[in-house]
Amino acid sequence: MTLLSVEGLGISFGGIKAVHDVSFKVEPGEIVSVIGPNGAGKTTLFNMISGVYRPGLGRVVLEGEDVTGMAPFRLAQRGMSRTFQNLQIFQNMTVLENAISGFHLQEKGPVLADLLHLPSSRRRARAADAGARALLARVGLERAADREAGNLSYGSLKRLEIARALAMKPKVLLLDEPAAGCNAVETEEIDHLIAEVAASGTAILLVEHDMKMVMRISSHIVVLDHGEKIAEGSPAEVSRNPAVIAAYLGTEEGADADG
Amino acid sequence: MSELLQFLFSGLTVGAVYALVALGFTIIYNASDVVNFAQGEFVMLGGMITWFAHAAGLPLPLAALIAIVATAALGVAINKLAIEPARGAPVVSLIIITIGASVFLQGAAQLVFDKQIHSFPAFSGDTPLRIGGATIQPQSLWVIGGALVVFAGLWLFFTRTLLGRAVLATSNNRLAAQLVGINTNFVMTLSFALSAGIGALAGVLATPITLTAYNVGIGFALKGFAGAMLGGMGNPKGALAGGFLIGLIEALTAGYLSSTYKEAAAFVVILLVLFFMPQGLFGRKSTERV
Amino acid sequence: MPRLTAKSATLLVLAALIAVTPFFFPSGYYYRVGALIFVNGLAVTGIVILTGYAGQISLGHAGFAGIGGYACALAPTHLGLHPSLAVVLGAAISGVLAYLVGRPILRLKGYYLAVATLGFGILVSMVLNNERQLTGGPDGIAVPELGLRGLLKDWGLDLTNGQFWYFFCGIALLIGAWIALNLHQSPSGRALRALHGSEIAAGTVGIDVARVKLQAFVISAVYASVAGSLVALQNKFITPDVAGFMHSIEMVTMAVLGGAGSVLGAIFGAGILTLLPQALTVFAEYEQLVLGLVMMLVMIFLREGLLPSVLRKLRGRGE
Repeated sequence: MTLLSVEGLGISFGGIKAVHDVSFKVEPGEIVSVIGPNGAGKTTLFNMISGVYRPGLGRVVLEGEDVTGMAPFRLAQRGMSRTFQNLQIFQNMTVLENAISGFHLQEKGPVLADLLHLPSSRRRARAADAGARALLARVGLERAADREAGNLSYGSLKRLEIARALAMKPKVLLLDEPAAGCNAVETEEIDHLIAEVAASGTAILLVEHDMKMVMRISSHIVVLDHGEKIAEGSPAEVSRNPAVIAAYLGTEEGADADG
Repeated sequence: MSELLQFLFSGLTVGAVYALVALGFTIIYNASDVVNFAQGEFVMLGGMITWFAHAAGLPLPLAALIAIVATAALGVAINKLAIEPARGAPVVSLIIITIGASVFLQGAAQLVFDKQIHSFPAFSGDTPLRIGGATIQPQSLWVIGGALVVFAGLWLFFTRTLLGRAVLATSNNRLAAQLVGINTNFVMTLSFALSAGIGALAGVLATPITLTAYNVGIGFALKGFAGAMLGGMGNPKGALAGGFLIGLIEALTAGYLSSTYKEAAAFVVILLVLFFMPQGLFGRKSTERV
Repeated sequence: MPRLTAKSATLLVLAALIAVTPFFFPSGYYYRVGALIFVNGLAVTGIVILTGYAGQISLGHAGFAGIGGYACALAPTHLGLHPSLAVVLGAAISGVLAYLVGRPILRLKGYYLAVATLGFGILVSMVLNNERQLTGGPDGIAVPELGLRGLLKDWGLDLTNGQFWYFFCGIALLIGAWIALNLHQSPSGRALRALHGSEIAAGTVGIDVARVKLQAFVISAVYASVAGSLVALQNKFITPDVAGFMHSIEMVTMAVLGGAGSVLGAIFGAGILTLLPQALTVFAEYEQLVLGLVMMLVMIFLREGLLPSVLRKLRGRGE
């Protein structure tokens, strides 16, 4: 059974088709990248898949179940997690607490036990704490654990967000520009991290502007332009595709106006 | 039948006051995204200052003018001293600030004026007009007319004048408005002056019917806000319609159901609107960007 | 030396304050003021959970205090319940009502939530004012004696009325603070604070935002209700003012004044705002003016509240 299947997805805002009839499939352990010029609808596509927007058309199927427009927290329970282009960090918490939040589904329990500090509540919290520390070590943030999340550098926050998403051991992980705003070293670290996560069986759906990174790690690329899929295939196939070259060349002069 | 007409008249009268308050909310909300919980105090000040100046011997029109100008100045002061410094603060903080302003103005009104209930003479006498078996006070026509004139004036201002368009541009996108050279600080000042002035006008027009006291503001604020929400937050047409609707609902509840719970009717309606159509009658859905 | 956790530190400070301050009371009257501070502190601790942890505003929580208070007035006479069980009944009613009202209301955000909760509070106070046969209307109604003081006397612990309520409310506050602090570091509390930080991100880690908001609303309603009950039992009388709009505003102001994010801060805020009118009795007519001014100034200059802002300053100097 296909892990994640996007079928004819589309949405309009005020009569303008932001995304139109996009389909593709993602299998376990694959890294599928969605690329395209600015305004091609990549983030909108992500928001529809992850339940932030309700699609106007089409279906999202996760492990055979129709999850179209399902609330993000229900998708999380079914194994879908994501990060955001403009970070969504819990600024009011420490780095460690942010990571622990990722374990919510494993650590949550009866609220009464939490209010009364019962042993069961402590046990749950302890397990999440240990898991979160291990994850922070994996993304190189173990020394920042007790700092307030708001004080971290941009690149560190990006990694923290990935750590939080990994905490729930997702089957599918959507990464929206994980390397944007990161320097070369940080980009490479993230690059390794993604490959490692995919190798452990998690499917990755990636939006990224760093073409070198995309070409290097993707098993499969979907190209969007003006909200429509114009090409799909292996990195080699896509980079030879005339429609893709035209789409990118056509916007060459605006290429550095990144968004 | 004449009974229904009577209820409709009284509903339209209070509805006109709520509509004016709702328009005041809308102007500030559009210019700054702030819901000003002190809006009702402007109505109270309009009434109280007019009464005070009139009691001191000034002719009514002059007293009313002073009340409107002074209240507008206070509105500007609230923006400059309390709201502008908190720009970018979370909504909870802004709510507390404007409620603080409201409590403060009430406290000040108690000290400067007093705690009694006051009124002043109606503009065109107290002889009720008979229409279709029901009666209406001439002052009611002043209130209803006032709401309609203010609405028309605002419509002309926002669509026909450069300044009005500048205000609209600022409400759409503050940064973009700054970039094309609009003085957004001036726009904010203007919006608060306009909004407070309209509130005061509502107080001037309504006081001969509803009477006034230092603590009447919060009721007007809630009903006005209910009207603005019912119509769709930020939409002047909605504010006008919503305000009148709340007034009518209240009057009909008082007439046919229970006068003690007429206030409750407005809240029940507003809760229902919030649950089932949070964008209001004329509002548009918004999508959160992430 | 093992480090003191924030939780035990807060509880120790509170317990010490409750135990030691009576030695400085010039007269028995101050026990009453102290008890009032503790009760307000208890209600405000509930606001900390709702506003400080979960980031949701309520301008109608006095409604729950009203329900708690009137439960103690009505349940003993009409249902024959012991006043202590009336407290429980009031808390249960408040909790259930908060659940029913909160389900639709908490979908709203910011201003809309503020107005919806305000509307709820006003409806409660309207009912208490208008149902004269049951509630006695605006003049209020008598509340029966709790009876615990007599029991303690039989056991050899003879306290004045003021002393009894001082320590009774102090202990209630300690328990309330302990529960709120437990929640803070627990999985459920973390979920609340997460949705405060970002509702969207909270959803992506699997937090059922609507559900946990409702939990916070119900818990804080129970706090307000118990506080309302304690006020009624202590005064042996209650009026609809306890459910009034101004009381709701006071609760929120106390919380943000001291610092809605911290239990100790909020209790501190409750202390200041309770003492203020006592200090201003000579200038009773200035009370509203000062309250409004405090609300604005704190939100403009000390957004985190008095206590956290001061602590931050001190820490900044220490480094």
